[in-house]
Order: sequence, then structure tokens, then C-alpha cells
Amino acid sequence: MAYSDKLLDHFKSPRNVGTLDKSKKTVGTGLVGAPECGDVMRLQIEVDPETQTIVDAKFKTFGCGSAIASSSLATEWLKGKSVDEALTIDNMAIVEELALPPVKIHCSVLAEDAIKGAIKDYQQKNGILAEATVAEEAKA
Amino acid sequence: MTVNRQRHIYLDNNATTPTDPRVVEAMLPYFYEHPGNAASRNHPFGWAAEEAVDYAREQVANLLEVDSKEIIFTSGATESDNLGIKGVFEMYRRKGNHIITVKTEHKAVLDTCDHLEKLGAEITYLDVDSQGLINLADLEAAIKPTTILVSVMWANNETGTIQDMKAIGDICAKHGVLFMSDATQAVGKIPVKPKEVGVHIMAFTGHKMYGPKGVGALYVSRKNPRVKLTAQMDGGGHERGMRSGTLNVPGIVGLGKAAEIAKNEMAQDAERLSKLRDKLETELMKLEEVYLNGAPHSRMPHVTNLSFKHVEGEGLMMTFNQNIAVSSGSACTSASLEPSYVLVALGLGDDLAHSSIRFSLGRFTTEEDVDYAIKAVAEGVNHMRDLSPIWEMYKEGIDLSTVQWQEH
Repeated sequence: MAYSDKLLDHFKSPRNVGTLDKSKKTVGTGLVGAPECGDVMRLQIEVDPETQTIVDAKFKTFGCGSAIASSSLATEWLKGKSVDEALTIDNMAIVEELALPPVKIHCSVLAEDAIKGAIKDYQQKNGILAEATVAEEAKA
Repeated sequence: MTVNRQRHIYLDNNATTPTDPRVVEAMLPYFYEHPGNAASRNHPFGWAAEEAVDYAREQVANLLEVDSKEIIFTSGATESDNLGIKGVFEMYRRKGNHIITVKTEHKAVLDTCDHLEKLGAEITYLDVDSQGLINLADLEAAIKPTTILVSVMWANNETGTIQDMKAIGDICAKHGVLFMSDATQAVGKIPVKPKEVGVHIMAFTGHKMYGPKGVGALYVSRKNPRVKLTAQMDGGGHERGMRSGTLNVPGIVGLGKAAEIAKNEMAQDAERLSKLRDKLETELMKLEEVYLNGAPHSRMPHVTNLSFKHVEGEGLMMTFNQNIAVSSGSACTSASLEPSYVLVALGLGDDLAHSSIRFSLGRFTTEEDVDYAIKAVAEGVNHMRDLSPIWEMYKEGIDLSTVQWQEH
């Protein structure tokens, strides 16, 4: 399987690898996937409570090259976005950006879920449950 | 050849082997200089081709210590497996419809059995233990009056596990059941003598033993017992009527030459490769949480299958696959997204199956290759573990089995 240059670049030089202090109120953590399925993605955001802007994002991923590249790209996109903007990130945008082959689309879905999970965690910690999230929950 | 050429190290010899240059050389005259059809009985072109095929048949028979009349040339091991199993089922249908095989067989056997099941066959799939070996008592207990065939692979392609062929052969002989083996991974690499162990039908191929692709063979016993197979390819009645189709003369010449070289060099190759394999394995197992898959005391000399815990196999391969070729049992390498059924049959959890890498060395592997691979793979494992959230959790002492995962 031939991968796109962008995907290989994110795989070889992943951006924002690391861990944020999950005990901080300003940090939200999303952990999705399972070791048995071959993919576990942990995505964390740090939010400025004043502006509701994502000031930092970190990830660690157990998975194939596409899963690692998807989560690396997600952290890049998250930084500087408002929480509301971040909620609109769609997995298909990741598919397009990295030119993921059909068999790897689930990696982008996992990244989208990790973003949503991190935001939900942040909002729950801070007693905010944005309508967007409630709507998402209702859909699920 | 440029000095700075990118290093390419091939440690995927169980997928296919390079064709030995001596084999290529033997084949070349049979494309243009000797173009004859081995079935053309009335001119020198045909005679030359027939002579070459006869000679190759002798070379193959010599390697296996069987009669040359017992070798049927085919297009490869998949065809040989199909011919052996379907041929027995059709020929011996009146005697019974029960076939016994093993869960870790190659798809060429499993899917053939699956196909026959739809046509009325009853198939028993034996389990294997944690090393990939079948339980002989289970085998004997599974045999019944309607059993017409037991098919057990000689050596497994993923783990290199070698079954106790003699013990299986004795059980089959005791019960008067035909014994077939897919010996694709074993022929040419370890001594394979079907008559010694009681194998009556045996499939193998050229391209796993430094011969060309597109040519294989089926050994079919002619004496004690005389096995008959229903042909699966109808036509001109080649190969004693068991496999019609114009013979692939250059391919057959190549398979013959590969068999001759194997007979002469197998022992020294195996000795050298087992040392290199052991070095690779020992060095990589110095990393934390690395597990060996297979039977350490009954396996092919050139194979090691390792699981690097908390690292996903395909991701790991991507760290070095510009230079080093290996295989993984990770689901991500397959279209189905299911991890290796062979490793799962050994009782590995899906997580360890996803983390597995198969290294298969070959005649052209050097110590320098192995040293380079040790370094590159160890670096890859460390890199992937730095990226792995579950490695971090493991290091923090979190019991991963207690985590509530959000499965997809």
C-alpha cells in the first residue's frame, strides 16, 4: 500500500506527541479504541477558560501508521481553534488531507471520536455541557 | 553498482524466496534455445523438453527420496493443495466424506475444505496448543469410519512450527487413512521424506525454495498405498492424467535445479541461518515485553515470530520498511482487519497478535543484514513505545485489563 507524502511525514515526524496533566481542570482527555482492536488513541487538549480557545494539544497512539498520522494531524488542527470550532472537525477532512485508503478510514473516525471525547471531558470537568455535545450524545 | 545504494534487507523469505542465480541460469535455455512442448513426441524439440522435464522430476524425487513417477508438476502449492484435497474427496467419496485438518493451515487448505463442506464433506478442524502443535490424542479421537483424509501442514508459514509428522503418519497408518501434508515451507529447507513419516500426498512449490514462481508439485504415493486422485484440470491428460495442461518446461527445470541445490546445501544453510536467527531473536528479546510465538524446540531454522507488546505491528513495520522487509500478523496488514488467525489459534490475545512481526531469513541473508535489522527494529520498537498510550499506562502500573475501552 502506498501512502501519501503527508501521511508519511506525520508518521515519521509526529507533531505534539506527549502527555498533558489530566488532573488539571483546563485539560480534557479523550481515550478511544482498544488494544484488542489494534488501535488506541489518546488525545488531550488544554483550553484557555477565558477565551475557550485550545492552547495546546497532545497525543499518544497505539496503532498503524494511518492512526498515528490521523492523531498527529488532529492535534495540529486543534491548536488555536475555539472549542466550538474543534467540534466541527469531520473525519472526512482527515481522510482527504492524508489521502487515507478506504481500509484506513476507521483511523480518521477514531481521531474524530478522540477530539469529541477530549472536549466532552473538558466540558464535564468545568460543568459546561454545550448544546453541540448534547446533540452528539443524542445522536449516539 | 553504486556504493551509496539504499540498503534493502529481505527478511520475508516465507513469503517468497529470491530465485537462486544458478536456477535462473539452468532455466534460460528453455525459453528460446529449447522451446519444445514436452508432449510433442515426434521431433527433437519435444524430445529435448521431455528430457529436461524427466531430469527435473528426478532431481525433485531425489530430494524427497521418492520415485520420480510420484511427482506431479503443477502451477504452485495452492493448486497442489486443491488437487490433493479435492482429488481425494472426489475419488474416495464412496468410502466416506470426512476430512481432518488443522486450524492453523494455510488458506489454500482451509478454503478448499470450506468449499468441499458446501459439497457435502464433513470437516474437523483440530486445535493447536500454545506452540502451534496439534494434540495427537485429539487427532486419533477425531478419526472415524468415514474419514478419508488427514491433512496437516509440515511447517507453519507464520511461526515455523514443525508438526510431529512421524507420529501423525503412524496414527493415520494405524487407522488406514490417507495422510496429506502441505509442506510448502519445509521442502528444500529441512529434510522432508514423505515415505519415512507416512505422508501419502504432499504439496510444495518452487518459489519458497529458491526456485521460480508459477511452478509447484504434488507428491502422490504410488505404492503402499497407491493413491488415486480425480483430476481437477481436464484436458490433454498430462502428468499421468492427474493434471492436464502443457508443462511449464523452464519452470520445471528451475524447480528441479532448486531441489538439487537444496539437497546439497540444505544442511549448511540451516546451520548458518539458525545461528543468525538465534542472534536476531536473542538481541530483540533483550527489549522489554517481547514474546516468542511458536515452538522453540520444533521449528524451522530460519524463522522467528515475535510480539512486541503495546506496539502495533504495521506501525512498527512502517518505521523501517523502507529498508527492511518483514511480515506482521497485525490486522492492519490485511483487508479484513482481523489479526492473524494462526496466532489467535495459538491462544494469543488479539493485542499480542496485532503486535507480531515474522522474520524469515534465507540463503542470501548475511550477518550484516541481521545486525542492521536488530538495530533498526529495536529503534522502531522504542520509537513506537514512546508514542504508545498503552505502553505509558503499562509503565505507570495500570492493569490494562481493568480499563474500560471504547471499542470500535
